[in-house]
Amino acid sequence: MRNVVPVMTVLAMLVAFWWVSVAPMNMRAALDVAERAGDTVVPTGSVERRSIPVLRLLLDNPQHIESGYSLKRPRLPTPSQVGAELWKTTGAMVIKGRAFSKRSLIHHGWITLQSTLWGFLLGTTLGILGAIAIVYSRVANMSLMPWAVISQTIPIVALAPMIIVLSNQLGIQERGVPKAIIAAYLCYFPVLVSMVKGLRSPSASELDLLKTYGAGRLQSFLKLRLPASVPFLFTSLKVGIAAALVGTIVGELPTGAISGLGARILIGDQFGTPLAIWSALFAAAILAGVLVTLLDIMQRITLHKMGFRA
Amino acid sequence: MSEPVVQARDLSLTFKTNDGPVHALSNVSLDINQGEFVSFIGPSGCGKTTFLRVIADLETPTGGVVTVNGLSPGEARLKRAYGYVFQAAGLYPWRTIGGNIRLPLEIMGYSKAEKKARVASTLELVELAGFEKKFPWQLSGGMQQRASIARALAFDADILLMDEPFGALDEIVRDHLNEQLLSLWSKTGKTIAFVTHSIPEAVFLSSKIVVMSPRPGRIADVIDSPLPKDRSLEIRDTPEFLEIAHRVREGLRAGHSYD
Repeated sequence: MRNVVPVMTVLAMLVAFWWVSVAPMNMRAALDVAERAGDTVVPTGSVERRSIPVLRLLLDNPQHIESGYSLKRPRLPTPSQVGAELWKTTGAMVIKGRAFSKRSLIHHGWITLQSTLWGFLLGTTLGILGAIAIVYSRVANMSLMPWAVISQTIPIVALAPMIIVLSNQLGIQERGVPKAIIAAYLCYFPVLVSMVKGLRSPSASELDLLKTYGAGRLQSFLKLRLPASVPFLFTSLKVGIAAALVGTIVGELPTGAISGLGARILIGDQFGTPLAIWSALFAAAILAGVLVTLLDIMQRITLHKMGFRA
Repeated sequence: MSEPVVQARDLSLTFKTNDGPVHALSNVSLDINQGEFVSFIGPSGCGKTTFLRVIADLETPTGGVVTVNGLSPGEARLKRAYGYVFQAAGLYPWRTIGGNIRLPLEIMGYSKAEKKARVASTLELVELAGFEKKFPWQLSGGMQQRASIARALAFDADILLMDEPFGALDEIVRDHLNEQLLSLWSKTGKTIAFVTHSIPEAVFLSSKIVVMSPRPGRIADVIDSPLPKDRSLEIRDTPEFLEIAHRVREGLRAGHSYD
């Protein structure tokens, strides 16, 4: 817990930067609102102001800066506006007993989380099995690895609609399935690469030692390669779960999905409600943080029990 | 006299590298008898480790014949004829000291009671009783190496192959371990092949010293030590000891062909 102070310091700096940025970001909208309300604005006319730098507008209309911090539809909401929106769509809903209503981010977060976890499970399994194949088979090593690398060069936003169309074509009704596949697609790669490295981490003399005992391939896998790869596995799981969450959200964007954090972001964009976008974004970030932290705790406990030096 | 434990005749091993062939071993013939302590000494590239690895079936010779207990090295390996101690202790960090010693026993399918008894007795043998539940990182380098010797002794192999096991340790620890190794040798009666690059270590430990020279790796001299089997560190100041050490040094010098 000794990193609380540095982490909080960085967080405070980010929030401060964000808060200061609200003034220039919202200045034009604030002036439009003030002008419509009959206040004096320099210069007059939204179109005229377009060619004036924001800094000039700030200097000429200092009395209107403040209203940029309380716009209904801000370009950049303030930290407190986002916080209030987050509370309104989570905690307040819980208090009202409507935690899983369609307007609650808990509902949408839950939808996203389910696909993320299924994708994570699928991706991790594929990654580990692929790594075992690559380490034990020369053919797999030469044929699988290049394709694994190539698979990650294809932009997922291009691939996601195809996966959704394909799974629709195959008659898969469940909306979560294509999302989980997209999540797995992003998640398997870090696991595969790390596990290949982990399974190959035993030194030549460690392998020779098992040979002198006359150990078979299965024994050397179970007694040496697998335990040696555990630290590598956990590191990749943390990357993998974050990737799975991103994959799920990307999978929710182009589908016309109506639930899930990705859908909230898309709907917020289409309906011009930046607050909805921002609160969904923060919900996603918080969700990712919680998932990674849980894996980190599992890693610590497992490695400690296994006797690895912390 | 019974059949030699290890019998090598005209053994050759050539590695193919990008810079042309490397003659790691060239026409090596040697017998190692039951209960002997044989040291292999020589500069790097003389093939001493390679010879040990050939006995252990970790390398395949390109010429000549070698038998271990009358069998091919491969058969002997599968019959678990030897325990091998590497230069690095190589204990698995996720296993306790006891767990590391149990490793060969698990692979060889010993019963639970048998495993427990053997772990306890080998720990006793290397004076590590009480450290069974510790993890390797909690032990000093010398203790780790003792644990790795215990691991090689845990099953019933009559031959102990040791590849510079004390090379990375400081001299005081090394002296202590050398004494312990001698007492272990006399207690167990094992046949030991020991690779080293230290002249005092080779002379102090061995009943037979094999001096090797490089390019190509070959045997330059074989010295049967007249020193008594029961010896203490003080023997290193006796004229007999110094005489053998001198002969080893001469052998090493003669074999050196640095152009």
